[in-house]
Amino acid sequence: MIIQFICRAILLGVPLLFGSTGEIITEKSGHLNLGIPGIMYVGAISGVVGSFIYENACGNDIEAMNGFLAVIIPLICSIAGSVIMGLIYSFLTVTLHANQNVTGLALTTLGIGLGNFLGASLINITGSELPSIALTKTSTFFATELPFAKSLGWFGELFLSHDFLTYLAIAIALITSFVLNKTRVGLNLRSVGESPATADAAGINVSRYRYVATCIGSAVAGLGGLQYVVSYASGVWSNNAFGDRGWMAIALVIFALWKPSFAIIGSFLFGALCNANNYIPGLGTETQELFKMLPYVVTIIVLVVTSMRKKREHQPPQGLGLSYFREER
Amino acid sequence: MADVSAAKKQREPLIHVVKRDELPGWHAWLIRIATVFIGMILVGFLSMLVTEKGFFETYEIMFKGVFGKLFEGYTTMFWKYLQEIAILLCLALALTPAFKMKFWNCGAEGQALMGGLASIFCMIQFGEKLPYGVLIAVIALTSILAGAIWGIIPAVFKALFNTNETLFTLMMNYIATQIIAYYVYIEGGGSNVINPVSAGNFPKVGTNDYFVNIVTVAVITVLMYVYLKYSKQGYEISVVGESRNTAKYIGINVKKVIIRTMAISGALCGVTGMLLVAGKDHSINTNLVGGQGFTAILMSWLGQFNPFVMVVMTAIVVFLRLGVSKVADASLLNSSYSEIMVGIVILMLVGCEFFIHYSIRFRHKNKEVGA
Repeated sequence: MIIQFICRAILLGVPLLFGSTGEIITEKSGHLNLGIPGIMYVGAISGVVGSFIYENACGNDIEAMNGFLAVIIPLICSIAGSVIMGLIYSFLTVTLHANQNVTGLALTTLGIGLGNFLGASLINITGSELPSIALTKTSTFFATELPFAKSLGWFGELFLSHDFLTYLAIAIALITSFVLNKTRVGLNLRSVGESPATADAAGINVSRYRYVATCIGSAVAGLGGLQYVVSYASGVWSNNAFGDRGWMAIALVIFALWKPSFAIIGSFLFGALCNANNYIPGLGTETQELFKMLPYVVTIIVLVVTSMRKKREHQPPQGLGLSYFREER
Repeated sequence: MADVSAAKKQREPLIHVVKRDELPGWHAWLIRIATVFIGMILVGFLSMLVTEKGFFETYEIMFKGVFGKLFEGYTTMFWKYLQEIAILLCLALALTPAFKMKFWNCGAEGQALMGGLASIFCMIQFGEKLPYGVLIAVIALTSILAGAIWGIIPAVFKALFNTNETLFTLMMNYIATQIIAYYVYIEGGGSNVINPVSAGNFPKVGTNDYFVNIVTVAVITVLMYVYLKYSKQGYEISVVGESRNTAKYIGINVKKVIIRTMAISGALCGVTGMLLVAGKDHSINTNLVGGQGFTAILMSWLGQFNPFVMVVMTAIVVFLRLGVSKVADASLLNSSYSEIMVGIVILMLVGCEFFIHYSIRFRHKNKEVGA
C-alpha cells in the first residue's frame, strides 16, 4: 500500500519534474516563461502525432514495430514541437522586446488550443467512438522495466520499476544542477539572469544565452507532457486531460528555490500531495475535492515563508521578467 | 595592437535597433490596426487550408455567425456577441488597476469563481425567503465581498512580505476551483450538476436575457475610465506602478494602495462572477469562467490601461473567437481551432508593439568620412 502510494507519487511527479527543470533553466536566463503549460501541451501532442504516424506506418502491428524507433520518434517529435514554441517565445521577448508575462500567457492559449485541436483531429481520423487516441503499443515500449526489478521485492519496486523517462527526468535535473553551479556556461547563464547589463559588459552574448536557455528549457518541459501521455495515461491522449500541471510546474520552481536538485524532491512530494486524497481512508467524494487543493495550499505556504525569510540565496534571479535592451541603461 | 586592428576589421552589424521617441497616437494605432488586418488575412488563409472552403467564404461564415443567423442550430445572435464582450471586458477592466500598479493579478478566474459561488449560494439559500429587490442586493453585496476577499489575501502578503503575486493569485484560482467542485458535489447531491435556479435571476428586458449584464459593464467601463484618469486614487495607483520609492517619498501609503487596489480588482471580478451566474447561467460549475481570466490579462495589456481601447480589443478578440468557432462548426472541426487563431492574432499584436517602440536602422552604405 505505502509502496504503491510512493510509486504513484513518483509517476505523477515526473511531468512536474520535467516542467520545473525546464522552467528553472529558462528562469535562470531571466525569462519568466508563463507559456510552459502550453509548451507542455505541444510537447505531448507532437509526440502523440509522431507515434501515431509511426504506429500507422507499421500497420498497427506490434510485431512490425522497432522498439528503438517507437521510442525515439515520439521523443524527437516532442522536442521539436516544444523547441518551436520556445523559439516563438524567445523571438518575441528577446528580439522584439515584448512583455514576458503577456507573451507567455498568449503562448499558453495557443499551445493548449493546438494540443486540443490536433488531438481532436487525430480522433476524427481514427473515427473512434471514444474521445481519445490510444497509443498503447508505443506505451508498452516506453514502459519496459529493468529486467531484475521484479526479483528485488519492495526495493526493486520502489527504485527500479519505473520507466526510463523517470530516470531521464532525474538525470536531466542533476545534470542541470551540475551545469548551473559548476561550469562556466552555467555561471554565464546565471549572470545573464541576475544582471544582463553586467553580463553584456563582460562580453557574454545575452541574446544567445537567453535564446538557447529558453529553447532547452522548453524542450525539457515538453518531455513532461510526453511522459504524461505515454507513461501515466498508458498512451491514451484525451483533450484537456493534462489539466493544470504546467502551472503547478511553474509553482514548483519557487518551491524548489530555483534549484533543480530540490525540484526532484519537490515534484515527488507534489505528486504525493496530488494523490493523497485517494489514499487517506474514510474520505467521501466531496471531501476528496477539498483535499485536491493540498498542493496549491502548500505552494502558497512555501511562497509566503520564502518571502518572509528573505535569504539572499533563496531569491529569484534579479533580472527575471525584464527584457534587456542594450541602449537602455 | 592586434586587438585594435581586429576591432577595426569588425564591421558594423547590418541591422541596428533604436528606441523611438513617442510615436504620434494615430501612427501607433495605424500599426496596430494593420496588424489586426494582417492577422485576419492569416486566419482566413489558414482556415482555407484547413477547411477547404473558399477564402471569402470563411469571412462570410464568421460575419454571419456573429452578427446574424447563419443556419438553424448554428446561430449566434448579436446580443450574445455583446454579452461575451461584456464578460471579457469586465474581467479586463477589473485587472487594469492592478496592472497599472504593476501587480500581476493572474487570479481573475478564481476571484470571479468566488463571486459566482456567493451568488449561487444566495440564490439557493435565500431565493424563496427574501423579496426580489432585497435578494438582488444581497447577491450583489456578497459577490463583491467574496471577490474582494479573494483579491485581498495575496495583496496583504505582497504588501507585507513582497510575496510573488503572480503565482500566489494563480494558486488561489485552483483553490477556488476545488471549493466550487466541493460545493457543486454537495448541492447537486453527488451529480456534479446544479440545476438552473429560478430565483434571483436578473430581469429580462423585452426578450433579451443579457441586457442587464451589458448595461452594467458599460457603466463600469465609464466609471473605471474616470477612476483611473481623474481620481486621486487613480493617480496614486500610477505613481506606485511607476516607482514605489517615489510613492513613499511623496507620502503615499504604498501598502494601503496595494491592498485597496486589489480589493477593487477582486470586487470587479466578483461582479463578473455574479453576471455569469445571476445574469447568464443561473447555475455554476468549475468551468464557469472558462479560462477567460487569462485572456482578460492580455486584453488589459493590449488596451494600454485605457478602458475604451479595451472595448475595441475585446470586441476584436471575441469576434475572432465566436466567428472562427462558427467556421470550425461548419466544417466539423474541433472548437479549439478558434483558440489557436486567437492565440496567433494576440501574439502578433504583442509582437507589433516592437515596431511602435523601436525602429530598425540599416547599416549606412557610405563609408565614414572623418575619423
